Amino acid sequence: MTTWTPDPSFYPSPRMAMQAPPERLAYVAMLNTDTTARPDALGVVDVDPGSSGYGRIISRLDMPNVGDELHHFGWNACSSALCPYAPHPHVERRYLIVPGLRSSRIHIVDTKADPAHPKIVKVIEPEQLAARANYSRPHTLHCGPEGIYVSALGNGEGNGGGPGGVFLIDHEAFDVLGQWEIDRGPQFLSYDLWWHLGQDTMITSEWGTPDMIEDGLNPELLLGAKYGRRVHFWDLHRRRHRQSIDLGPEYQLALELRPAHDPTKAHGFMNAVVNLKDLSSSIWLWHRDGGQWAMRKVIDIPAEPADPDQLPPILKGFKAVPPLVTDIDLSLDDRWLYVSCWGTGEMQRYDVSDPFRPKLTGSVRLGGIVGRSRHPSAEGELNGGPQMVEVSRDGKRVYFTNSLYRSWDEQFYPAGIKSWMVKLDASPEGGLSIDERFFLRFDDGFRGHQIRLEGGDASSDSYCYP
Amino acid sequence: MSDAWQWLALIGLGAFHGVNPAMGWLFAVALGLQEGRRGAVIKALPPIALGHALSVLVVVISFTMVQLVTAPDLLKPAMVTVLIGLGGYRLLRGYRHRVRVGMRTGFAGLTLWSFLMASAHGAGLMLLPLLLGMLAPAQLMALSLCGPGAEMTSTIAALGSAAAGLAVVLVHMAAMLAVIAIVGLVVFETVGLGILRRGWVNFDLVWAGALIGTGIGLLLLG
Repeated sequence: MTTWTPDPSFYPSPRMAMQAPPERLAYVAMLNTDTTARPDALGVVDVDPGSSGYGRIISRLDMPNVGDELHHFGWNACSSALCPYAPHPHVERRYLIVPGLRSSRIHIVDTKADPAHPKIVKVIEPEQLAARANYSRPHTLHCGPEGIYVSALGNGEGNGGGPGGVFLIDHEAFDVLGQWEIDRGPQFLSYDLWWHLGQDTMITSEWGTPDMIEDGLNPELLLGAKYGRRVHFWDLHRRRHRQSIDLGPEYQLALELRPAHDPTKAHGFMNAVVNLKDLSSSIWLWHRDGGQWAMRKVIDIPAEPADPDQLPPILKGFKAVPPLVTDIDLSLDDRWLYVSCWGTGEMQRYDVSDPFRPKLTGSVRLGGIVGRSRHPSAEGELNGGPQMVEVSRDGKRVYFTNSLYRSWDEQFYPAGIKSWMVKLDASPEGGLSIDERFFLRFDDGFRGHQIRLEGGDASSDSYCYP
Repeated sequence: MSDAWQWLALIGLGAFHGVNPAMGWLFAVALGLQEGRRGAVIKALPPIALGHALSVLVVVISFTMVQLVTAPDLLKPAMVTVLIGLGGYRLLRGYRHRVRVGMRTGFAGLTLWSFLMASAHGAGLMLLPLLLGMLAPAQLMALSLCGPGAEMTSTIAALGSAAAGLAVVLVHMAAMLAVIAIVGLVVFETVGLGILRRGWVNFDLVWAGALIGTGIGLLLLG
């Protein structure tokens, strides 16, 4: 699969990637709530406004087994293949690597022959993952200069415990190469990973071990401040733990990591889902401070007062609906940060030109625990709320779905989430508007999770050149 | 092959190695862009050329040792096997990079990186046929100077080879350094990185082809 010139979807810099042609297809992980009857699937969505099938699923690739819980996924290779210290420019962005978060099974999906009808070409079984890397529950993955890096929530013992960490997969043969860490220091909980290639630094965040999350959000663990709240900084090449930053015990669930795309910048954003004192969510900025990394809170999103009758049991006592910021995404020009408030049903847009002082410039409400805000093209109230968000390379289109994680969905939306995917238009001045032509209702039983755009998107690639 | 042609071929191979983005000019450009100044590009070039030259030097020394103790009729088939074997292996296996050198590396790191890249690609091995033409005569000349049976023969032969070998390494390095400097600075100053998207042909394939072609050429030239 080696090519004569680089894959046309690889770009040396984020600036050049913003000139890429608009995506025509989106791939979306589809969880099946009836886990014993039907497998999860990868949906292919038509996102070409000129097509008659715009905003609809045009094909569905069923997984070979039931109960995977498809969640996050990504490409085998991307723009980081152009990096100067490990150049592989003639591999192709061709395979989607699709892990099952619950089953620990990893599917390799070929999109080349017919991008609208991808095919599974290889499956890595959980036993292989455990034997080669001693990990389970693969979560986030990123195509790096030296292979595919995947975070994992659990150990390979099969006991639901930790430590979780990072493992490597070869980006051509798709063999699990082994555990990434040489010295993990105090790191135990795992969730997201990404890096600053220009700083030779990897960053990881914390959720919980499989036994802390798989049966739902555990109120005892939450109130006991047992969920993840630290961010870890690593030497990317020596694979050693360098520094931890603890947000403090009240900040629970330190999840998504969005480093600046420009490799000369050394900052990024992370969301903490819930503050135990007031149920607020917060966005944190990490940055260089002398020879060390530092973090500070730059956005606070308060909980909204609510009638307990409208709240699920887990929230009744609080008389408020928390924003539950479960995902964020940063545009390729590092200027716009999108923030999903899954609880209140709001998608926010911030201008982060000055990363220390973000300015809220746009907001759209859809769904939400109490708000149930409507979409102009859909009948009735919506449930679920903005969750996995993806921004196009040119920064003009924003897509998101409304499901988080099956057992957590049931806690916060006990009526059961009816899943949808929508698209927003992002104006250059900072506003956000709903594309009325785009409202995708998933079939009953399916819930949409992460979206990947054809050719790459704002959270798929990393760059070694400014 | 005349003496002049051999040196020209040596310079040509230096240029070929230098023009490959994966051999270092791209790294120099990246460091220049990271720091936003041309000086960083220029500063990165000497260690990259040095690492490359050290890798070639290892091959030259190995060749000198081997040819001093090996019958000439065994030398050529061995070289043909090495060249075609490495080229074929690279065609089938591709190139894997697991170097622990990143973007914030210094002189030593760049030298090490360049040494490893040149060695993994078989940069020095590509010079084998030229070494045969350039180092063996040096040894013969030393032999003729001393006359057969002279006591100093082997020492002078080795010195002759060493001088010729050093010249080979230095000329190759100079050619490579000149090309990475020119290409790196032109890309940094004027052309820009967009060239990578269109102009970065698969040097790995060309390189493997060059190794195999050199091996076959050596075989055919008898």
